[in-house]
Amino acid sequence: MLVIKNLHANVEGREILRGIDLTVNAGEVHAIMGPNGSGKSTLAHILAGREGYEVTEGQVLYQGKDLLAMAPEERAREGIFLAFQYPLEIPGVNTTYFLKAALNAIRKHRSQPELDAMDFLALVKEKTKLVEMDQSLLNRPINEGFSGGEKKRNEIFQMALLDPKLAILDETDSGLDIDALRVVAGGVNALRSPERAMVLITHYQRLLNYIVPDYVHVLSEGRIVKSGDKRLAQELEEKGYGWVEG
Amino acid sequence: MTASEAKAYYLTQPSAPGPEWARPVRQKALERFAALGFPTTHDEDWKYTSVEPLVKIPFAAGSGGDDGAERRIADFGVEDLTPNRLVAVDGRFSNRLARLGDLPKGVIACGLAQAMSAHRNLVEPYWTRIADYREQAFSALNTARAEDGIFLFVPAGVTLAPIQLLFISSAAEDGPTVSHPRCLVVLGRGSQATVVESYFGMRDEAYWTNAVTEIVLDDNAVFDGYKIQMESERGFHIATQEARLGRDAVFTSHSFALGAELARNDVNAAFVGEGGDCTLNGLYVTAGFQHVDNHTRIDHKQPRCTSRELYKGIMGGKSRGVFNGKIYVHAHAEKTDARQTNRNLLLSEEAWVDTKPQLEIHNNDVKCSHGSTIGQLDDDAVFFLRSRGLDLHAAIGLLTQGFANDITGRVKQAPVAEVMERKLSEKIDLMAQEKERW
Ligand SMILES: Nc1ncnc2c1ncn2[C@@H]1O[C@H](COP(=O)(O)OP(=O)(O)OP(=O)(O)O)[C@@H](O)[C@H]1O
Ligand SMILES: [Mg+2]
Repeated sequence: MLVIKNLHANVEGREILRGIDLTVNAGEVHAIMGPNGSGKSTLAHILAGREGYEVTEGQVLYQGKDLLAMAPEERAREGIFLAFQYPLEIPGVNTTYFLKAALNAIRKHRSQPELDAMDFLALVKEKTKLVEMDQSLLNRPINEGFSGGEKKRNEIFQMALLDPKLAILDETDSGLDIDALRVVAGGVNALRSPERAMVLITHYQRLLNYIVPDYVHVLSEGRIVKSGDKRLAQELEEKGYGWVEG
Repeated sequence: MTASEAKAYYLTQPSAPGPEWARPVRQKALERFAALGFPTTHDEDWKYTSVEPLVKIPFAAGSGGDDGAERRIADFGVEDLTPNRLVAVDGRFSNRLARLGDLPKGVIACGLAQAMSAHRNLVEPYWTRIADYREQAFSALNTARAEDGIFLFVPAGVTLAPIQLLFISSAAEDGPTVSHPRCLVVLGRGSQATVVESYFGMRDEAYWTNAVTEIVLDDNAVFDGYKIQMESERGFHIATQEARLGRDAVFTSHSFALGAELARNDVNAAFVGEGGDCTLNGLYVTAGFQHVDNHTRIDHKQPRCTSRELYKGIMGGKSRGVFNGKIYVHAHAEKTDARQTNRNLLLSEEAWVDTKPQLEIHNNDVKCSHGSTIGQLDDDAVFFLRSRGLDLHAAIGLLTQGFANDITGRVKQAPVAEVMERKLSEKIDLMAQEKERW
């Protein structure tokens, strides 16, 4: 589904990603761990199409297509979803209205009929339940006045609603209390399927107790320095990053 | 025409003399216009707005022909906004187009010329006394040349159902025309009125609307006003709205400026009694080469009055916005509570706004604040929306609409809010397309 080959990228002239190789197949869950500033969010942003990064080398194939040539909305419509590490507050823009527009843009792209207000609300109800999110939050402008945990839940809710093929979750577990973590993990697990792939960026083994990954990678200074299965995460927890950075 | 040629041209333009009693004032106004001439950018009040494009064109007096006006009213979607409506074409009251339901006893809603002869006692105490023309060339010209207009009187204690005032320019195809719409609204003690003013043209031609609206609020009166300016993209719109608030009166003005090549909108309110409350909301949206200048002035002449002002501007293309808001707190206006905010969103590199919030305070026992901001769309927000599947155009549109929402959200009349939002989203949609191309 996703093949990253020797990806190098600069931010403001500084090389942040220094040769990333990663293959993610449908049905797999990959965890990416790594110290602060190692380039995890940078990688996630580049995959989602954020501007401001200069790819100097390498390529990214998504479903066999050149991902980096696609506009962010094309990627979203083709099934890529990024849950942001720091979800933005967007005053004035109604959440429900925005999500309906987004969902219908995606459905249209997939040649599915657009949802009317009734069907949309029914779907919203179902998905808010999945992440145990208070539906009234959606009457507010996007994330306005949301608590940290509510923002993260909102990201997972959006993921559930938009039904992506490749979901990238950038530290969705940070800032969640234990109950919220369980709920969010439950939501993510419910979305696990043979057609869907997930990339979880996290600092904590904690999340991986709930969402058991197929692969764990350690990103350090812009490179994947070690890959393994879930035991790697446990080892990291015990020994710290110093152990892999060597 | 040069400025002096233009002045001479408008000084000799004929107009009906009107009732005997009003002639000395109109003569005086003409003299003031002759003395003042057209403003230039050397005038502090016109620093950011050159009227040269307007001065250049010889505008003939509009014919007042209202053929086909119904069509146009429907096209603009303002047909059924309110139960009542009065219409002036080229400033001339149109009996044919008026729609009045059962008005409460004592309410007068008619043409201003008719009111000046039939209800002189209700007109004379206020006409030209609210909007001072002596230092304002455009108001002076309006005063001298307006032959008619709209008059609304609501007697004490009466609540009037919402009423629309439509000011339509005939905008003839055979050459540019000018009209001087004039409007006087008198609210008796404790009365209430909701008034929706719309300005537009019969055709998308070049024409000039030079309007003056005077609003009198007696003690405890409540006025909820909306102005929707939708002039032709080639049109010129110069307007002054001036209100006088008695004790504990409540005045709200929502001003939406969407149209015109060049627009200047003055909204002034003065507290002449204690405890009054004034809210000025404004939204100006400009694209292409449009220029919109908003001037507001709130005179806190009496103690314990409150004013709240929020003006927001969205400028795209090579357009230009101006905001100049003055709050003047007079010496004995203690316990004044005044807040003024101006926020601007620039959608293109070449759009521009000049903002000048001003506070002048001559009393120590007051609460006053003001502030202004100029910003662009947040790239991260644009990216977020796109990452959820919206295209660039839709993302820009949604964020821009979001910026405007706290102004449109203040519209208390649902049908007015609807038409506003529709007009706004049409325009924002065009601007988003324009921006996408950059
Ligand atoms: N827009 C930017 N301008 C300048 N430097 C940037 C920018 N974006 C990222 N960087 C730098 O790139 C490096 C990698 O940042 P990134 O956010 O990808 O780290 P991360 O692995 O996600 O860290 P964390 O665990 O703290 O979230 C950091 O040194 C960061 O300062
Ligand atoms: Mg990060």
